[in-house]
Formats: sequence, structure tokens, C-alpha cells
Amino acid sequence: MKIHTFHLGGVHPDENKITAEMSTQVAALPKQAIFPLSQHIGAPAKPVVQRGDKVKVGTLIAEAGGFVSAPIYSSVSGTVAKIDTSIDATGYRKPVIIINVEGDEWEENIDRTDKLEKLSDHPELTPEEIIERIKVAGVTGMGGAGFPTFIKLCPPPTAKAECVIINGVECEPYITSDYRLMMEHSDEIIEGVRLLMKAAKVDKAYIGIEDNKPKAIQLFEEKTADIQNIEIVPLAKKYPQGGEKQLVDAVIHRQVPAPPAIPVNVGAIVQNVGTAFAVYQAVMKHKPLFERYTTVTGKEIKNPGNFLVRMGTPFSQLIDSCGGLPDGDNKVLAGGPMMGKAVMSLDVPVCKGTNSITVLSGFDAHRKSIQPCIRCGKCVDACPMGLEPYLLATLSSMKEYERLEQEDVTSCISCGSCQFTCPSHRPILDNILQGKGAVMSIIKSRQKK
Amino acid sequence: MGKLIVSLSPHAHGNETVEKNMYGVVIALIPAILVSLIYFGIGSAVVLLSSVASCVFIEWAISRYILKVNPSISDGSAIVTGLLLGMNLPSNLPIWIVMVGALVAIGIGKMTFGGLGNNPFNPALVGRCFLLVSFPAQMTSWPTSGHWLKYMDAQTGATPLSIMKTAIKSGDASVLNQLPDATQLLLGSNPNLGLGTIGEVCALALLLGLCYLLWKKVITWHIPVSIIGTVIIFSGILHLANPVYADPLTEVFTGGLMLGAIFMATDYVTSPMTHKGQIIYGVAIGFLTIVIRNWGSYPEGMSFAILIMNAFTPLINTYVKPKRFGEKQK
Amino acid sequence: MNFIIIAVLVLGTIALVSSLVLYFVSKKFAVTEDPRIGQVIDLLPGANCGGCGFAGCSGMADALVKGADKGSIDGLRCPVGGDLVMNKVSDLLGMAMANTEPMVAVVRCNGTCEFRPRIAEYDGLHTCAAMHSTCAGETGCGYGCLGCGDCVAACQFDAIHINPSTGLPEVDEEKCTSCGACTKACPRHIMELRKKGPKGRRVYVQCVNKDKGAVARKNCAVACIGCGKCQKVCKFEAITIENNLSYIDYNKCRMCTKCVDECPTGAIVKVNFPVRKSTANIEKTESNIKEEEKA
Repeated sequence: MKIHTFHLGGVHPDENKITAEMSTQVAALPKQAIFPLSQHIGAPAKPVVQRGDKVKVGTLIAEAGGFVSAPIYSSVSGTVAKIDTSIDATGYRKPVIIINVEGDEWEENIDRTDKLEKLSDHPELTPEEIIERIKVAGVTGMGGAGFPTFIKLCPPPTAKAECVIINGVECEPYITSDYRLMMEHSDEIIEGVRLLMKAAKVDKAYIGIEDNKPKAIQLFEEKTADIQNIEIVPLAKKYPQGGEKQLVDAVIHRQVPAPPAIPVNVGAIVQNVGTAFAVYQAVMKHKPLFERYTTVTGKEIKNPGNFLVRMGTPFSQLIDSCGGLPDGDNKVLAGGPMMGKAVMSLDVPVCKGTNSITVLSGFDAHRKSIQPCIRCGKCVDACPMGLEPYLLATLSSMKEYERLEQEDVTSCISCGSCQFTCPSHRPILDNILQGKGAVMSIIKSRQKK
Repeated sequence: MGKLIVSLSPHAHGNETVEKNMYGVVIALIPAILVSLIYFGIGSAVVLLSSVASCVFIEWAISRYILKVNPSISDGSAIVTGLLLGMNLPSNLPIWIVMVGALVAIGIGKMTFGGLGNNPFNPALVGRCFLLVSFPAQMTSWPTSGHWLKYMDAQTGATPLSIMKTAIKSGDASVLNQLPDATQLLLGSNPNLGLGTIGEVCALALLLGLCYLLWKKVITWHIPVSIIGTVIIFSGILHLANPVYADPLTEVFTGGLMLGAIFMATDYVTSPMTHKGQIIYGVAIGFLTIVIRNWGSYPEGMSFAILIMNAFTPLINTYVKPKRFGEKQK
Repeated sequence: MNFIIIAVLVLGTIALVSSLVLYFVSKKFAVTEDPRIGQVIDLLPGANCGGCGFAGCSGMADALVKGADKGSIDGLRCPVGGDLVMNKVSDLLGMAMANTEPMVAVVRCNGTCEFRPRIAEYDGLHTCAAMHSTCAGETGCGYGCLGCGDCVAACQFDAIHINPSTGLPEVDEEKCTSCGACTKACPRHIMELRKKGPKGRRVYVQCVNKDKGAVARKNCAVACIGCGKCQKVCKFEAITIENNLSYIDYNKCRMCTKCVDECPTGAIVKVNFPVRKSTANIEKTESNIKEEEKA
């Protein structure tokens, strides 16, 4: 078994996959569900319900607000309480739809059985039909960023897709939701991969899985043993292997050029295993995206676990069901410790991209004190994009935006490897992101001219 | 209930610290220190202790009373500078000269530029070279081995490097026959000659230190290997062309070459950031060392070669870039 | 003897050749500059603060001279030098200069620790810009002061300092030159240049929160809740309310201070007014009281 990995940089954070072998539980319904209108990259969705409307599980509550956008479906049945603003993960108030939960009544057309629907039994599904169903169901990337899936399946005319790469890497510490999904729904995922292949009109798919999940690799090897065009690629454990560009490099050894190039420019369409599962449900079961697998974890959480959560469930409810927040200072992350967002309030709901709620407590919650840069170059070694983080951070703090652009700051994927490895605990990524933001807006205004 | 903490990602941190790297260097120096105690006895202990103590004191005093900042002695960088300065001095040096060296190293070499991370030149070498040009007599009298309890009154002798210089000047290759063979040089057990500075006696002990540094990932192989490789190739060519020039193994095992290549040139602050840059830097140091040793006026060229290349480090950092992800392979 | 002659000849030739080169180079690359630009630069304060909108004083001088040639230097004003300098400049250029009122930077947030409870702790890069893009700050208010002091760092005149007891910046009116650097540095546009007012008296809304009243009030006791009482009481139509936030136009305000008395949350403040016992505002910060005492 040949182990593959990407070629530049990378770090090895402690795994802490506490919940890896805990099977998924179904989380309780919330009393009130909150649906932010912007759960994906692109234009916010537009509400199509009004205060007082009755909705069922799977009812459309907001339609796509533009081409790059995704509709939102209710995950609960009940009454729309209000369309208002509510605090989001960053603490700013964003538009949301709030629904008071009453009972659990589903839309009739959703197939709630466990029967495995095979693509081979449905020859009537054309690629266009599959893409349309994915688009209507509001499926977005389930790995965190939340890019609408159907757009990735329609590459620009200049590029031609050659293969689909399924991301089962889960290189972030703590998170195990994708792993549990792979262990519990392997057949559905494989059907989802077939759907994605048909939709993208390619006949090759790779499933990349890190070798810290030997059981998942074994299971998928067995399930795909007689499927010629789906290949399982075991990958060495290294962060940020789950990054699109790193995964493409690791699996098919092609490097995506600098932005604005995307993976499809080298022939690859990258999708998360969670997305493959959601695609299966959307196409075969007519079930729009309104629930997902989420890990609630943390070293000091009493009963961590993996949950099947209805979107819109507030963090506080999930954390309470796991034994509540530990005493003292805590950092509650939507996502994992390397790229997750620290939330300002526990009223934040689970969204399409929330793969984990990670609680860092006490010592782990705080950053370490900053020391002077000793110019050791470890950040340069760690950068998976071949950048010089120390230089970008300095240039950003000096606001030298022209020089920053020359030094390819726009290639930064915000993986945080530089800051992770810095012996002086410097806020390297904080600085770089400041500069990157400024450079991006300069580039945008230049393009407008 | 406690507070919720908010910050940008990443929220996890590796176990790298400044202290871990600095004390890693100190641990890697232990074999060389032990060997020096065996060969030089009390003199080595006096010089090393006074050097470390004065470096730490000067850094503390300057940051406390002149820069008015909280002294950061615990990061270990002053200890490393003190140890390396001591390792670069002869064991019979009077304490007051050691203290002057420490003052120049920390005061001028480091703190005037703003302290840790900002100095363009390796502070220990700044101190050493200052002493070399200010006190040439004291700095070039080298004790021979076996004077356990003698400090300043130890017997002195010529070092292998000065013999090599004599050979080149006189044009007589037979002078080189006085040199001990490579094994003796590796262990540092040359009986009648001066042993050189405290740290350069035993190449084997320094190589042990290198293994530790590489194992603990404090440094990477690029700088030491490129320096030593260049020295071997360049001096080998010279030796084959004219036997007046010493053979490559002698060049590598004598003088502060090992000490410089493993501990001084690899100083984080003053060496390039990228591996490509580090190799350019190492090759240039190796080349300059042999040039200075063979055709310069000093017998030893390592310190000056490193200082010269320190000055080029910002230039290397500006022009030598790592390979970007997705860049077209040429 | 020979040596001396040779030396003199060699050095003399070098000197001759170099001077010829210098002469021709200076002729060839001569830049003709309007002498008035230099004179204007001499009049300007030389702080190069950028408050005028140009990168430095020389850019401003250039623009002034060009403007004078076209017949108008309206809109060009050195905020640091004020009328004193601008009068001299306009005399020099032979232009008429209308006197403008002096301005001063004000802090439009009063969210002290006591009024605006902290709900989280920010642990990242210590600048307002970084904090603003990371999260809403340490309080529930997504509009208020973050307290990291980007305005302090931007001020070249040492006129802004963070008061450690309130966590908010305070402007030293004596030192403020109204260059506007702080208004550009603040990611939340809390700093505003306002008319200094007669005897330094000013009335303004010390809040920029655009949340709905209940939300704003929940996060901060002295927030503007957009109730509109001030707008009703104002006889000069100086107050507008937009996005749940009241704003006083300093050109229309006559400083009757009725709005100050009317405001239910104390978000509207008056500064440098003599203290009158009857209308003593309970929710005044220490700083305001101090300023009043000074006046």
C-alpha cells in the first residue's frame, strides 16, 4: 500500500480524536431553530416565508439570492416566529429566520426509508438532472467553507474535469464527523460518488483517506473492490491535507497554479465525503440539506460525541447535552482548532458547514505570550503554499501592500501552519490575513477599472 | 462562569518554543564542553563561566536600565551567546578580557539593534573578532593540553592552523609533516601543539552535538553540510594542485571550522530563511574560509567568513525565494 | 619635485573632468520648479501628516500653487496649521482665503466597561483593524469602540490616549490639529471631525450603533436607541435619524441642548458647557465632568 501526501510544508498537530469510535446519536430537536440566510459563500438567500407561516421539515424557507448562492430549507416543523437579525459566530448581527418548533412533520416527497437506491437502477438520471437536483436541494460544501456544490460540477469552458477527488482526509484535530459518516454510511457515500462522477461527466474518482483511519480505508477498499473506477488513496497524516490544493497534489500529483486558478484547471473536482452523502440524499431521496453530522468534542467536555443534528440547533443546546461547558475560560470553535471560528456567543446555530463544535478549555483556550521573531525560518518550512509567512506578516503590519502582492499573499490558504509552528507564538496568520484582505480589495478595485 | 475567548485561527499550537530551541543548542554543546574540561581543566571552566555570566548580566542590565523593557533572560539566547563566545576564546584568557568580549557581543552585537531577533551579525562572533583585533597577543596564545590546574600560566604552543600558514608562506610542504593525523585531530589529542580555542578541540564532540541538533530538529542539515562539503571540495582541489596546501580532512578537523559550521553559522537570526538560501550561504562561507586561511593574514578564517556572509543574509532573503506551490517546474 | 607636479596634474585633471561631468549633468537633468512651491513648503508646518489629503506637505504646496494659477485654492486646507498658516499662504499666492471654523476630533462611543458589559475576550492581534475583522469585539455591540488604540497609533500629535479606567480613547483638544488621521484609522468610524464650537462647546451623539433599540440597549446602557425624541425636540432641524441612529448636523445645531435633556439613554452629550446644577446629567463620564471643570 503506497502512502501519498502533498509535497510542500505541512505540520503534525496532535490528533485528539476523542470521539472517533463513538457511534452517531440523533440530537434532540431544538425548541427554536435559527436559520442564517448566509450559510454559504456567495449571495445571501432570500426569505420566501413570512412571520406566522407554518412550515414542515424540508419546506423551502429561503431561495437562492443569486447565481453563486444556495436555497435554505427548514429542518423543523412549526411556525415562523420572525425574520430578524441575530448574532452570528463573529458576534455581528446577520439576517436570520427564526422558527418555533411544533412537532416533527416532514414534507411528503422526502423518502425517509433506509433503502439503498443505486444509480444503476435509475438510468433516467441525466447529468443535468443530477446537477439540477443538487442545486435545488441547497447542497453546499460540507467541509467548512460552504461553496455551492452545483457550481463546482459545472466547470468553466476553459477547463475540463478529468476526475472527482473525494475528501475523506479530516486532517483537523478533534473532528470525527466525516469519519463516523464514512463508517456508518459507506454505501450511500459510494453511490454519491457515482452521482458526482456522472454529473461531472468523468469516469474516475479517488477517495483520499488519511492513514490514521485504517478502519475507514479498509472498509472502503472492500466496498470498492469490484468497482474499477473508484480508487481509494491512503494518505500520510499531515495537516493541511484536507485543503483542496494539497489534496489534489497528494492524490494525482498535480499542483494547482496560483489564484485565480482552481482545482478544475488541472482536471480535478474536489468534494467532501459529507457532500457526497448529501448529494446522494438530495438526488435519490429528495431530501434537501437540512441536517448534518457534527462532532461535539473537547478534552474537558464530559460526554463528547458525534451527532446527527438538525441545522438551526443552537450550540448551547448541543453543548448542554454533552455535559455543559467546563468551568473557567473556554474557547468554543465552529470547526476544528486549526481553521475553526471561535464563536462569541453560544446562541449561534449549527449551519451547513458546521462539522464540529470544539471546546478548548483553560490553558488551551488562551494563546501563548508573544516573543520576538528569531528568524528561525520554521514558518517558511511549514508553509504548504511555499510562501514566506514571516515576511508577509511583517509587510502586512507595515501596510506595504504592493510588495505583499508581489510576494503572492493571495496564495495564502489561511491554514495556520505558520502560526502553529512558530516558536515565538507570533500572530503570523492574524497579520497576514489583515494584509491579504487589503490586497484583495485593491485587486478588486483595479479590476473594476 | 468563565469568559468565552475569541481569536482568529489557528487555535492550536505546536510544542515549539524559543526556549526549547535555545536550550537545545546548550545541550548540543555539552559534549564539547566536557572535552574542553578534560583538555584544558580549570582554565576552560573559568573562561566559559565568566563568559556566560557576563553575557547574561549585560543583557539583563541593558534591557532593564537602558531599554527599560522587561528583561527576557529566560529565553536562553544570552546563555547561548555566552557559551559560544567562551567556546571561541583561548582557555588562558584573563577574565577581564572575557568580560570586554561579552560587553561587545551583547551590548554592541545584539542590544544596540533592539535585542533578540534584530541583530544582523552573530553576537558571539562580533565579540570574538573584536577581541581578536584588540588583543591579538592574548587571543593567539594557545595552551597545550595537560595543564589541569593552570589557568593563565599554562604552557602554550603553535596550533595546526599556524603550521599550515607557515607551510604556505615558506612554500615548503614538508612543514605539514608536523601536523597530527586526521584521527588525532578528530579526537583533539595532538600532544605538543597548542589546542586552539576551547570549543574547537575535538571535532567528534561537535559532530555529536550536530547529531543532537538534527535529531531534535533545532537546525536542518543545509548549512553545516554545505559548509563542510565546500571546504572539502575546495581544499581538495588546492591540495591536489599544490601539496603546500593542507589536505581536506586536516582543513575540516582543524580550527573552529566544525564549531562554526555547526553552531555559529546556523544561528537562526543571522542565517537565511530558505533552504536554497542556506545552501548558498553555506557554500560561500566554506569558500571564504579557505580563501582567508590560505591567502589572508590570519590563520583562521571561519569567524570572518561567517560575519561577511551574515552581512549578505538580508540580500539572500530578498532574492532567494522558496518554490511556490503550483509554480511551473523548469 | 616631479612627484608633486604629477600629483597636481593628475588630481587637477580628475577635478576638471568631474566638474565638467557635473555641470553637464545638472544642465541636462535640470528640473525647473516654481519658486513659490518652496516658499509655500516653508510656510506649511512640515508634519507630513496627510491630513490635507496629500501624501505630504510638498504635495500640498504643489497643489496650492497649481490651484492659485487656476484662480482658486478652495477646498485646499492645512488642518494642522489652521487659519494662521492658510492666511499666510493665501497672502503669498495673492488669493482670498475664507476663514473656516476650527474642527476637532470627537469620540462617538461611550461604551465604558460599566455601561457596556464584556461578553467575550479577544485574544488575537492587538489592533482594532484585526479585531474588527475577527469578531464584533469583546462586547455585544458590533459598532462601538474596540479600545485597541489604532487611533492613538495614527495620531502624530500625541493628542489621543486610551483612558485605562474607561477603555476608551480621549482627545486632547489642545493638541488635536484635526488632521483626520484617526478618522481614517478607526475601522468603525467612531472618530469624527466636528466643529470645535464657540468656547469649545459642542453637542453630539456619542454613539454609532445602528441596531434596533432593544438590542442596542441590551448591549450598552448608553446606546442611541433611535427613539426620535431628540429629533422632535430640535427646533433647528439639525437632527436626522437613520438606521436607528440619531445624528446631529453641526452646521445646523445652535446648541440649545434640549436634545441632551431629552435623550432617555444619555447618548447625546454636551461638552465644555458650564455646570448647571438643575440639569446635571447623571450619566456623564468622568472625562466630560473634567472637561467642564476646565471650561
